[in-house]
Amino acid sequence: MSSLSMSTEVPVKKETKDHVNKSVVYDTKNLNLWYGDNHALKNINLPMHENEVTAIIGPSGCGKSTYIKTLNRMVELVQDVSISGEILYRDKNIFDKNYRVEELRTRVGMVFQKPNPFPKSIFDNIAYGPRIHGIKDKKILKEIVEKSLRGAAIWDEVKDRLQENAYGLSGGQQQRLCIARCLAIEPDVLLMDEPTSALDPKSTLKVEELIKELKENYSIIIVTHNMQQAARISDKTAFFLNGEVIEYDDTDIIFSTPSDKRTEDYITGRFG
Amino acid sequence: MQKTVSIKDLIRKDNNKNKLKMGVEKTVPFLLFALASISILTTVGIVSTLLYETFLFFRDVSIIEFFTNTEMKPLSRVEPSFSILPLLSGTVLISLVAMLVAIPIGLTTAIYLSEYASVNVRKAVKPVIEVLAGIPTIVYGFFAFTFVTPLLREFIPALQATNALSPGIVMGIMIIPLVASLSEDAMNSVPKAMREGALALGATKLEVTMRVVIPAAISGIIASFVLGISRAIGETMIVTIASGSSKNLTFDITQSMQTMTAYIVEVTSGDAGAGTTAYYSLYAVAFALFFFTLIMNMFAGYISRKYREAY
Amino acid sequence: MKELALNSNEKTTQKQYMNLAKVNRRMTARLLINNVVKYLFFASTMFGLVILAFLMYQIFSDGLGWLSMDFLTNRLSTLPERAGIIGAITGTVWLMFIVGPVTMVLGIGTAIYLEEYAKKGKFHSFIQTNITNLAGVPSIVFGLLGLTIFVRMFGFGPSIIAGGLTMALLVLPIVVVASQEAIRAVPSYLREASYGMGATKWQTIKNIVLPASIAGILTGVILALSRAIGETAPLVAIGIPALIVPIPSSITDNFTVLPMQIYYWTIDSVLVDEYASMAAATIIVLLAVLFLMNSVAIIIRNKFQKRY
Repeated sequence: MSSLSMSTEVPVKKETKDHVNKSVVYDTKNLNLWYGDNHALKNINLPMHENEVTAIIGPSGCGKSTYIKTLNRMVELVQDVSISGEILYRDKNIFDKNYRVEELRTRVGMVFQKPNPFPKSIFDNIAYGPRIHGIKDKKILKEIVEKSLRGAAIWDEVKDRLQENAYGLSGGQQQRLCIARCLAIEPDVLLMDEPTSALDPKSTLKVEELIKELKENYSIIIVTHNMQQAARISDKTAFFLNGEVIEYDDTDIIFSTPSDKRTEDYITGRFG
Repeated sequence: MQKTVSIKDLIRKDNNKNKLKMGVEKTVPFLLFALASISILTTVGIVSTLLYETFLFFRDVSIIEFFTNTEMKPLSRVEPSFSILPLLSGTVLISLVAMLVAIPIGLTTAIYLSEYASVNVRKAVKPVIEVLAGIPTIVYGFFAFTFVTPLLREFIPALQATNALSPGIVMGIMIIPLVASLSEDAMNSVPKAMREGALALGATKLEVTMRVVIPAAISGIIASFVLGISRAIGETMIVTIASGSSKNLTFDITQSMQTMTAYIVEVTSGDAGAGTTAYYSLYAVAFALFFFTLIMNMFAGYISRKYREAY
Repeated sequence: MKELALNSNEKTTQKQYMNLAKVNRRMTARLLINNVVKYLFFASTMFGLVILAFLMYQIFSDGLGWLSMDFLTNRLSTLPERAGIIGAITGTVWLMFIVGPVTMVLGIGTAIYLEEYAKKGKFHSFIQTNITNLAGVPSIVFGLLGLTIFVRMFGFGPSIIAGGLTMALLVLPIVVVASQEAIRAVPSYLREASYGMGATKWQTIKNIVLPASIAGILTGVILALSRAIGETAPLVAIGIPALIVPIPSSITDNFTVLPMQIYYWTIDSVLVDEYASMAAATIIVLLAVLFLMNSVAIIIRNKFQKRY
């Protein structure tokens, strides 16, 4: 419902060559990543599609968080990281020398494990993105703020207190605010790194509903440690173990008839 | 229902200004680097001026004489002579008096605050001690000269109007907060489990403090003493006002004597014109001062770093 | 071993090492010592407070009588009843106008460079060590640096600009260290959120890091300024004259400041009795200024304190 009020500027579906499959947003090819000597990601190959929710699951330390942070190159904020292989975003290699990382991050929004609003007012939090990208007109900013908050299904809760500090919100509201903050720069893809791990069940449910709605307009890649969550909201699921992709398929298949023994063991709770 | 705002178009428009944005992005680190290098330039400036002028001084005065002579008469027209020894003795003696005040009181204050005091007492006392640390040294100088010296002379009639005792005591008072707060930090960083281990054996608080806490925090405590000494050596205004300007090689604390810092003040505010030997001697003394304090500060830094690694 | 001996109730052939009666007798003594020493420690802690009270009493009883509107607004004079400290007050204010902006730009810039840009390595630790060591250099040595570089080499003379720059370098480490701590305290997730929106490094620093750390930075700046206001030795070294100087009206003018006025009146109090009281009155003014600045620092800290 709230997605209806989003602008018509949603990503226009490309004419896909393949009419059965949706077009590929992210294509990872032979990706390897090391933290110093620690080989954290091993030969990852993953194509991800438009307007789908792709879940990444696996035990802690399997590299799923590292992988999602590689998709917008946030992983490079850690010192001593080396990477080989390529990740194509909309057919362009994001590791290309001339590729501007700021541009990538403008097109690809990220929601973090812990809600991380800025110590500013709710309004300024949402307006932060548009402002750094040069949008100064107050009227436009107002519209963007309302639209984004509606898009993140939090408008009704905060519309009367836009000038209050964002830290006054509850954890669940903060996380939806962070999602709204991403929506304000109208990204193409949303990366979510365990977005509900710090939330209570009720807030988790709200965020999950939101994700399902957002899927209409955005491609979403979500890391989760919660398998039920992956089953509930995702279209595709990738299972990571020790830095490798063990299995990647439709979520239904992964959770009903996985082809790899290790996937089955993990899903049925034998380890992890 | 809503007017469509094409944020993407707006952002794209902004990206056309990207050259400017990226230009700023590239320039800022260089600008900040330039600002950061000022601190290095300051050090280079200090070391090079001190070295250069000291070098000029030792063209006029033999370095051996400077360290072995006992007479310091820089402005004497008849027979000027240069020696750092009287200034060194003054500095050492006054610093000694200061540390005799600062170490016992500073350390016991730290022990009381860290081991005995209730939260409320601590909350009340610590700010007062911080106030003590924030009082300008010129005020301490005034205090020494107009209050402590006359008071001491009631008890010690032999005390001269300017002497080593009074500024030493007042300097010690000035250094108490430094010793107290650094020692307290060191003691606070001793893990609670170590204290509990001793207390569970039936030790009293005093025994825990003396046998467990202090030994564990000893390097931090010693570092605070060393920093205190360094502070005493470098302190200027208290001694300039209250210890006088006699360049005597003596260890009698009732006498007037001059420290290295007070000598620098005397010569810079006096009549020694630039280019005279007396003027250059200033830099030789300052160089010694700089050298001593630097060594002590580095030593204190070294031992306190070492103890931080221990836990 | 000891534990065993203590717990054994049965009369065994085992030798008992702990004699409970003896232990208890000693215990009384140990507890007594503990209590006595506790009060000794307390008394020693109170020493600082008592001295502070003495100091304040002495200065206020001596100087309060001299404090008057005339004293604050009159120019310097050799006649005690006509002398005032307007020149020293103006000089102090002028000095702050140099020290404040210069240390802020240099200090915050250095801190940002060290925390956000410099790679943690040899060069980083070199600058860091250098700043730590500069903080320990006696202020009189900074005075000599100012005398050699600013007063003589640049030909500024004992002017406000020479004194201000010298003082700025002296208090620079305070601002750098305080700003570094404040910047370091900004949680990394705020930076990540900003980068995640496509912000550049400088945009993130300008819009997120600096606003979040401003309270700590300002506290450091105020601390540095209060140090500069009370500092005397470097100004003596650069040759601030004891003579009556006209009230300064530009940064190239000669000047005097409150601590210098206190210094000259104190050493001359052996000649003119009233000078001691005038020095005390000036100290009251100086302490009042410092008290005011520290209150502002506390207010800033409380007002801007952010929950992360």
